[in-house]
Amino acid sequence: MTTTSRPNPLGPGFDVPGSEIRYREAFNKTLGDELRRDPDVFVMGEDVAGGAGREDLGIIDSWGGAFAATKGLIQEFGADRIRDTPISEAGFVGAAIGAALTGTRPVVDLMYFDFITVAWDQLLSNAAKNRYMFGGQGKIPLTLFARSGVAAGYSAQHSQNFYSMVAHIPGLKCIAPSDAYTVRGLLAAAIRDDDPVIICNHKKLINMSSFVPDESYTIELGKGRYLRRGADVTLVGMSYTSEVCRLAAELLAAEGIDAEVVDMLSLSPIDEDIVLESVVKTNRIVIVDEDTPRCNMATDIAAIVADKAFDSLDAPIKRVTGPHTPVPYSKPLEDAFIPSPEDVVATTKKLLGA
Amino acid sequence: MEITPEKLRWLYTTMYRIRRFEEVLLEQTALGKSMGVAHTSDGEEAGPTGICAHLTDADWIGSTHRGHGHCIAKGVDTAGMMAEIFGKYTGLCKGKGGSMHIADFTKGMLGANGIVGAGIPLAVGAALSAKLKGDGSVGVSFFGDGATGEGTIHESMNLASVWKLPVIFVCENNHYAESTPVEYAVSVTDIADRAASYSMPGVVVDGMDVFAVYDAAGEAIARARAGDGPTFIELKTYRYHGHYHADDPHTYRLPEEEELWKARDPLPNFERKVIEQDLMDEVEMERIRNEIDQEIQDAVEFAEESPLPPIEELYTDVYVNYSNSVQGLR
Repeated sequence: MTTTSRPNPLGPGFDVPGSEIRYREAFNKTLGDELRRDPDVFVMGEDVAGGAGREDLGIIDSWGGAFAATKGLIQEFGADRIRDTPISEAGFVGAAIGAALTGTRPVVDLMYFDFITVAWDQLLSNAAKNRYMFGGQGKIPLTLFARSGVAAGYSAQHSQNFYSMVAHIPGLKCIAPSDAYTVRGLLAAAIRDDDPVIICNHKKLINMSSFVPDESYTIELGKGRYLRRGADVTLVGMSYTSEVCRLAAELLAAEGIDAEVVDMLSLSPIDEDIVLESVVKTNRIVIVDEDTPRCNMATDIAAIVADKAFDSLDAPIKRVTGPHTPVPYSKPLEDAFIPSPEDVVATTKKLLGA
Repeated sequence: MEITPEKLRWLYTTMYRIRRFEEVLLEQTALGKSMGVAHTSDGEEAGPTGICAHLTDADWIGSTHRGHGHCIAKGVDTAGMMAEIFGKYTGLCKGKGGSMHIADFTKGMLGANGIVGAGIPLAVGAALSAKLKGDGSVGVSFFGDGATGEGTIHESMNLASVWKLPVIFVCENNHYAESTPVEYAVSVTDIADRAASYSMPGVVVDGMDVFAVYDAAGEAIARARAGDGPTFIELKTYRYHGHYHADDPHTYRLPEEEELWKARDPLPNFERKVIEQDLMDEVEMERIRNEIDQEIQDAVEFAEESPLPPIEELYTDVYVNYSNSVQGLR
């Protein structure tokens, strides 16, 4: 991930003490910071420690979560605050909502974003609506994280990106960090936020490294950032497709096309201003979303642009997405599903009549 | 329960076929031939074998992410399975599902399922069809100790009970859900004790003894076919490997515990019994093993030599009669 000298308006920037670490390490580090900062914060989920209940056998922290997000935390914070659950998503997410309503700040590991539907009613009927239905009584400072996205043969039930379904629901917030730097700031912000926030950790980002400041910081929810400034076309990415857009911009630059890349970071609340500001300048926009095409985030952003930047558009709004299918297993089919930098380049060149 | 010589041979052949398939799959996965993860069930063979011994192609089974044993016991073809796991077009699901989603509807296998607890109601649904059609078939739902934490097990058992459905709930209690031990995650020691709350018989069975499984399953399936409703069978069993191929179970299991279970391995268990009782001999069993070894080797070759699916298959089978997926949005 390019760490340019251009000042980054989100978080402390890159001229502070820090190091190149992977997304998963930034996540783990930040969880530890937040647990230390606020005794009401606790983590629960399946195998967040692992080997639960076996301390007397000398077994502790055997997994530390499915991508080691919580490794090393139980030793410091104990089994009450790093709490393994049975496989009961509706039950423990519901319990997390109730705990949040009554004074604690749960951080729930849902393991795979696809499993959110097992807990969906609790999120939809309770987390999203309680504060509203009760006239402002109660708040739900719940943070929920899970791995999302297509990678390496995880197949149809473990590869989805339907974050638009979360963004669609009034009362829920949804964020999609795009690298180790942003996940550190966004996770801290999500935990400190008093509303329910769902964090999508794309599988392909987990092992990618970028510069991460040592000190704690937050990145404001509802703010996107530029990954690249340009004049000819706006490329909008979210989660892993921000990286896809960045790569596409490099390929386009080699062909003399100067692309601007917007990294959404926040799906709800959403930064309309950065998208509009960019397309007013470039007059053309391609939105890249690894989700399936009907009613996805790309469609939502396209409607905003069509409404509020209509006079700036010199061409139709293009969306590059997965197809309207479940995610297939076999690699050539899976590769064909994923919107690639080459797909973005091809669409952009057609858009520019090049 | 009387077991015919043919059925005895079938029991051994099936258990060994599962064992060999899982062992070879782990080898092939380590060589990078699989496109995804492998959740193997070696150690657990006696369960699906003893149960499916009483089933026909007209009966349906529901399964889990750890479904290779269920497939094989239900008569699903190992070459088609291996090709599926290798992501090939000749796979049972054209390479679109992989290990966690292997299905064969010609054999009554409703499919492996990656969402814990999600397969349980499907088998209840098969029993519902059976009841509506009056065809005497049954549904068998396989699930693990971990799945008993899901709401679907409660809803499915209650439904099967109040509707008196011909379904058998089979809990393969291998004592771990990923890295989480059953003593931590489940509120009872014998999960079958919960069956009484749903007004159905619950039996605890030694899941390492295919004869014990065969007997208990025979009773339960006969009950179901006679219209007397569901039964809950809990198999005490063990998976020899980790949750999936790259999981080291020694981070949460003690080697001494593994040794205790391996000492009760269903295959030598069976061999000892049939030799003692003069029902089969070692020559015959060795011949079976050699045949199966060859069969699995052939399955690997078949899978290796098979083509990948064409890109057009990305867009098929979404619906029966509608397609909205031409090229995605590009």
